[in-house]
Amino acid sequence: MIFDHHTLVGFAKSVGLFYLIGLSLAALAYALWPSNRERFDRAAKAILEDSEDTPCL
Amino acid sequence: MVSELTVAERERAMGITGLLALCGMIMAIGGSNDPLGVHGFIVLLFAVAMLFVVASGYFAPEPPESRLQSYYDSPTKAGIVIAMVWAVFGMFIGDWVAWLLAYPELTFDAAWASFGRLRPVHTTGVIFAFGGNALIATSFHVMQRTSRARMPDQFSPWFVLMGYNLFCILAISGYFIGITQSKEYAEPEWYADVWLVIVWVTYFILYIRTLMRRKEPHIYVANWYYLAFILVVAILHIVNGLAVPVSFLSAKSYSLFSGVQDAMTQWWYGHNAVAFFLTAGFLGMLYYYLPKRAERPIYSYRMSIVGFWGITFFYMWAGSHHLHFTALPQWVQTLGMTFSLTLLVPSWIAAANALLTLNGAWDKVRDDATLRFMMIAAVFYGLSTFEGSFMAIRAVNSLSHYTDWTVGHVHAGALGWVAMIIFGAFYATVPSLWKRKRMYSPALVEVHFWLALAGTLVYVFAMWNSGIIQGLMWRTYTESGTLAYSFTDTLVAMHPYYIARAVGGLLFLLGAIVGCYNIWMTIRHDAEAPRATGQETPLPAAPAPSLQPAE
Ligand code: HEM
Ligand code: HEM
Repeated sequence: MIFDHHTLVGFAKSVGLFYLIGLSLAALAYALWPSNRERFDRAAKAILEDSEDTPCL
Repeated sequence: MVSELTVAERERAMGITGLLALCGMIMAIGGSNDPLGVHGFIVLLFAVAMLFVVASGYFAPEPPESRLQSYYDSPTKAGIVIAMVWAVFGMFIGDWVAWLLAYPELTFDAAWASFGRLRPVHTTGVIFAFGGNALIATSFHVMQRTSRARMPDQFSPWFVLMGYNLFCILAISGYFIGITQSKEYAEPEWYADVWLVIVWVTYFILYIRTLMRRKEPHIYVANWYYLAFILVVAILHIVNGLAVPVSFLSAKSYSLFSGVQDAMTQWWYGHNAVAFFLTAGFLGMLYYYLPKRAERPIYSYRMSIVGFWGITFFYMWAGSHHLHFTALPQWVQTLGMTFSLTLLVPSWIAAANALLTLNGAWDKVRDDATLRFMMIAAVFYGLSTFEGSFMAIRAVNSLSHYTDWTVGHVHAGALGWVAMIIFGAFYATVPSLWKRKRMYSPALVEVHFWLALAGTLVYVFAMWNSGIIQGLMWRTYTESGTLAYSFTDTLVAMHPYYIARAVGGLLFLLGAIVGCYNIWMTIRHDAEAPRATGQETPLPAAPAPSLQPAE
């Protein structure tokens, strides 16, 4: 077998760790990026504005 | 229904149902010496019934162009009604199973009525048939509203809805006659699995096509959750379902995996089914219907995004907590345990976000049972995820595993979170979908709420007690080092709790029946006549403010 147990453990402990840290940082950065604030605020409010009947013109 | 399809779509529908009928016929004839033949007949019958429906409306006039200026809601309406029917069916079987556990002698002397066959009928009936239809129906509603765009065509939503229900029928009827792949929550055999892949890919493409037509530049977060649900369920289903059929004319197949790999694949699937079927999709529901009903924007949109990425990426690694103390390598178990603990963070972000949104609107929660359904759902979501993270700790799991504690955890999530958010979302949408001012009877919504809450509490407390007693009795040793209690002793101790659980389940079921009646009467009640002649949402008198198309 090419991938034995130890290779997989090593992979999970190294690449896996950094991949998840990187991912968390990317998600946090996106969510907290100052210039995104306006867009997010608008999105949160937009669903309240459209009445259920609003056509999709 | 058929009159809403264009003639080209009617022809496509007839072509596809015809093809399906042909497949059914081949299965019925070729598999006549096999349980597959029975399913062949079911597929054939289903396809012919659909063909008949489409053909009978074939010569109806084409739908007017003006339809394109409104949302397409008929599939949502049908999906809600179908989901409620499945709810009553699935919970009826659940309560039957519950009574059967309390009084095992109450069984018919027939294979189909045995516990082992009824139990997957219950789980598939509630999770996939009730929950799945609710997710499909509400996702059609939410994706159009949040994109301010109509679905791209009229045929694919019907294909998804009807095709999905054919899958549910095949799955459930199969268990009764003994067809099973024997993987929990993935019991249906290979041909049903293949059919689901076709339906699911159509669903995914339909969702993306609708989003591509959106008039809003930003995709509202509820859609992210729904999309994660659709995409990940597809991946899980395909990988876990990889199997080799004995022959193309036999229902039986063998999984591609074996031994501990099989177990790991199964629980990677099983846990992510919890994550993406029972959680992500319903969080999409929560993030749309709760702010809408409370008339307040979500407390923190940023938190909803952080929570989203946390849930999608942590859940993937948590499945091995189902396999503590097995042949699975220790480090994989530890990995699953660690990720289960970190999962508490995004889970509580979502629960807190929902409750903080309601902060300041508690008067509404007090007066409005619909909103209260959603609030209780958020509370139970917080509770069951806390409990889950706790149970994933190996030392705790050594007590809880194999006991009713797990069943209590499951139903805190299933009744308290999943079913409650569905009922809340349905009560919020039904009046507006059918152009009514409100539900037929707000008092009955109130009745349903209290029945559901009482049923959940009775169920969950009964199982916690039963489970912990059971777990403790199993690990009590006498001084001479032998087990203090026999297995039968534990059964005697659990008996009263089993009766309590069955009663709690009955309350919950009664609530669902009340809900069905109320929804049906809302649909039938013409006191407030529909404002339009057609089925679809009409144009309001004043044109809405024009929107910028998405860049
Ligand atoms: C009337 C309400 C309900 C009753 C009386 C009920 C009853 C039961 C019973 C007796 C079992 C078998 C437990 C065992 O094997 O020891 C069970 C299992 C299960 N039920 Fe329910 N149930 C109800 C509603 C629901 C709902 C709404 C859902 C999901 C949305 C659900 C999901 C499940 C699942 C996933 C299992 C398998 C649990 C496991 O393997 O640990 N149930 N239920
Ligand atoms: C942070 C979130 C969660 C974690 C870490 C978690 C963890 C766990 C653990 C450790 C078990 C017991 C495994 C065993 O001993 O066999 C379990 C079982 C289960 N949980 Fe959760 N849980 C979470 C949330 C949920 C939610 C929200 C639901 C449902 C809506 C749910 C549904 C289930 C089901 C159906 C099972 C039973 C599986 C089976 O054996 O058939 N879980 N969960």
